[in-house]
Amino acid sequence: MTDAATMTSPLAATPGGSAAGGAPAGHAPAAGAPAGHAPAAAPQPGTPQPQAPQPRALPRLLPPGGAAAVPQDLAHHVRSHGPLRCRRARRHRSGAGDGLIAEIAAAGLTGRGGAAFPAATKMTAVATGRRRPVVVGNGAEGEPASGKDKHLLWLAPHLVLDGLQLAAEAVGARTVYLYVHAGGRLHERLTFALAERAAAGCDLRPVRLIAGPPRFLAGEESALVSRIDGGLAMPTFKPPRSFERGVGGAPTLVQNVETLAHVALIARRGAAWFRQLGTAEEPGSMLTTCHRADGTTEVAEVAIGTPVAALLGLGSAPAQAVLTGGYHGTWLRAADAARLPLANAPLREAGATVGAGVLAALPPGRCGLTETAHVVRYLAAESAGQCGPCLAGLPRIADALTHLAGPDPDPRWLTHLRRWSGLVTGRGACHHPDGTVRFVRSALTVFEHEITLHRQRRCSVAGAPSAAGGEPFLPVPAATPAYSQDWR
Amino acid sequence: MSGITHATALWYASRATGVVTMVLLSAVVVLGVLVNRQGRLPGLPKFAVTGLHRSISLIAVVFLAVHVLSAVADKFVTIQLISAIIPFTSSYLPLQIGLGAVALDLMLAVIITSLVRARIGRRLWRGVHWLAYAAYPVALVHSISSAKDLRSGGLLALTVCSALGVAAATCYRLADTWASRRRAYLAAESLIAGRRQDRYQTAAPRYSPPEPVTPRTVTPRAREGASR
Amino acid sequence: MSVRMRVNPIACTGHGLCAELLPERISMDEWGYPIVSPRPITPVLEALARRAVTDCPALALLLEKER
Repeated sequence: MTDAATMTSPLAATPGGSAAGGAPAGHAPAAGAPAGHAPAAAPQPGTPQPQAPQPRALPRLLPPGGAAAVPQDLAHHVRSHGPLRCRRARRHRSGAGDGLIAEIAAAGLTGRGGAAFPAATKMTAVATGRRRPVVVGNGAEGEPASGKDKHLLWLAPHLVLDGLQLAAEAVGARTVYLYVHAGGRLHERLTFALAERAAAGCDLRPVRLIAGPPRFLAGEESALVSRIDGGLAMPTFKPPRSFERGVGGAPTLVQNVETLAHVALIARRGAAWFRQLGTAEEPGSMLTTCHRADGTTEVAEVAIGTPVAALLGLGSAPAQAVLTGGYHGTWLRAADAARLPLANAPLREAGATVGAGVLAALPPGRCGLTETAHVVRYLAAESAGQCGPCLAGLPRIADALTHLAGPDPDPRWLTHLRRWSGLVTGRGACHHPDGTVRFVRSALTVFEHEITLHRQRRCSVAGAPSAAGGEPFLPVPAATPAYSQDWR
Repeated sequence: MSGITHATALWYASRATGVVTMVLLSAVVVLGVLVNRQGRLPGLPKFAVTGLHRSISLIAVVFLAVHVLSAVADKFVTIQLISAIIPFTSSYLPLQIGLGAVALDLMLAVIITSLVRARIGRRLWRGVHWLAYAAYPVALVHSISSAKDLRSGGLLALTVCSALGVAAATCYRLADTWASRRRAYLAAESLIAGRRQDRYQTAAPRYSPPEPVTPRTVTPRAREGASR
Repeated sequence: MSVRMRVNPIACTGHGLCAELLPERISMDEWGYPIVSPRPITPVLEALARRAVTDCPALALLLEKER
């Protein structure tokens, strides 16, 4: 194991027997890596990072076992990763002084919530604010197609909770929140995990578990802050941004729970270890939610830079198109997606982003326009309704797309759709309209042939477009929230 | 009928400016409702409604000042200057003058916060602005009870018309707010209901042009709590 | 240092005064909400811009200075 060789972090605790943490045995092979068995030689610190993912180093965050992985309680967690010593916060006005932030900067960790903003930069900005900051772990996964945060919180909550404590220590915060969706077994499980830690005395700063509403926008930074402050989970006008004035007016560090889990491991193993996987510009591993064309869905931890084709099994389960970045992301033609790796730099050239690691391969038996229209109807209903253009525009866009997905659509719908898309972009207080339009525009490009076919009362899918019924491929929650009820 | 003499000039001035202030204030409240409901005055641009609302309220302040100062200066009755601001401390008709003082205080609060509203923020400004609906009835009762002028003849008609105008505007505001909120609620509900019965592959109806939308049909949802 | 007009879309309820006062920078979309141009406010337009900010019944406009 490379742990001893790469233990450079000043905050690492006594290296425990970490053999159990890295073994990929039993991990589902579809996690983007050739199931290599021969462990490579341990790289010395300072050698150039290898580009190819090393299979034996995965999974890092999730416990081993793939689909049969067992949720880790505190004892298992300490056995797998080693204990963590937490120290009292000392606020550094210079910002860069704290060892952990420097280590995170060296590791090149970026946020795993979708924006991929450098974590160390955010922490420095919060730490050098005028008041004592607040730290919030964002586990409210509003995107229906993404399950990685719930999966991580279910299987390895203590990694996330360690990361929360470490982040709070690094920025000098005393108040810590963990924000998740309300109800369900996850909430219970987290309460239990927090109780375990309280009993063991792990947490120097008590963590307040806050339940947010199950809305698409509930995980948006300013919506989260508004909810924690006791209001509705709706986005607010920026400026000020959360890292300047957030919860209770204090500078607030909002980090995705996966990012915090990576922080917990970087603190133990060091930046060089973190960089062993991934690419030079985008190091590390990430959690992905892959919806394969054969209908299976899996949350897998992969190295950044793994080919998309391998993640989605495009060889064995061919697709007609691939969605990257979730419902605010981009459709790509299958041929284009097949030659791209899962990394922001190459995807950006193709007009897409990694986002929160959601990948969906649309099988040949589905009409892409119908799927998109279904999702956009959901997105329109998920508007907070605060900004006129979004409230007025998104339902109309959804309507137009529904007509285009039906038989014999009037061509004027496409004109209206293009005009409305231009009208809502950039005119809301948050990026909901922008993201929706990005998704819609990419669908219009990739499924252009469908529109033509629909005009001729045909569809690339036999029996569509007027066939009713059937389950959608892209997951969308059932419509239950009543008007303005479920925003708290 | 006695004419205005040197001795009674100030008294008449106070009563006259009082009547004018009351009429102007009625106009201000009606215009305020018009601003809020995004209404227009025929032939005038939209910014004229807001402009008139602001200008007429400032003119009303001037008339109010003359009304107060002439009443204080007049020797026929004893009203101290301080009683114009602190209610119920006047020697003459303490209750009626006191009501006037209450109305004046509320008006001053509304107008001063409006002049500095960019500095104090939207929420505080709007909260105080609601006091206008309290100031008007108090001012009306003050006008009717302080002097017999308004209880007969042309001035009675004027008073009744002004009060009815304000009452009508207020009722209109309540009704229209309720109606537009209900429209927004129904639109949102139909959006969600449409998803509830969503057969995800639907046969689309024939083309119908999108209906023209007036802004108030899509009023953003009322926000319950704090918004920054 | 340029001054730009910005609208707070949450506060805006579509009164439409701003487009009347400053058509050089603000136009109305088909739903009655303002489309604010990101072009800077020239000194000639500054008085009108300030008036639009003051007159907006919803206090939804703001002028932002950028360095």
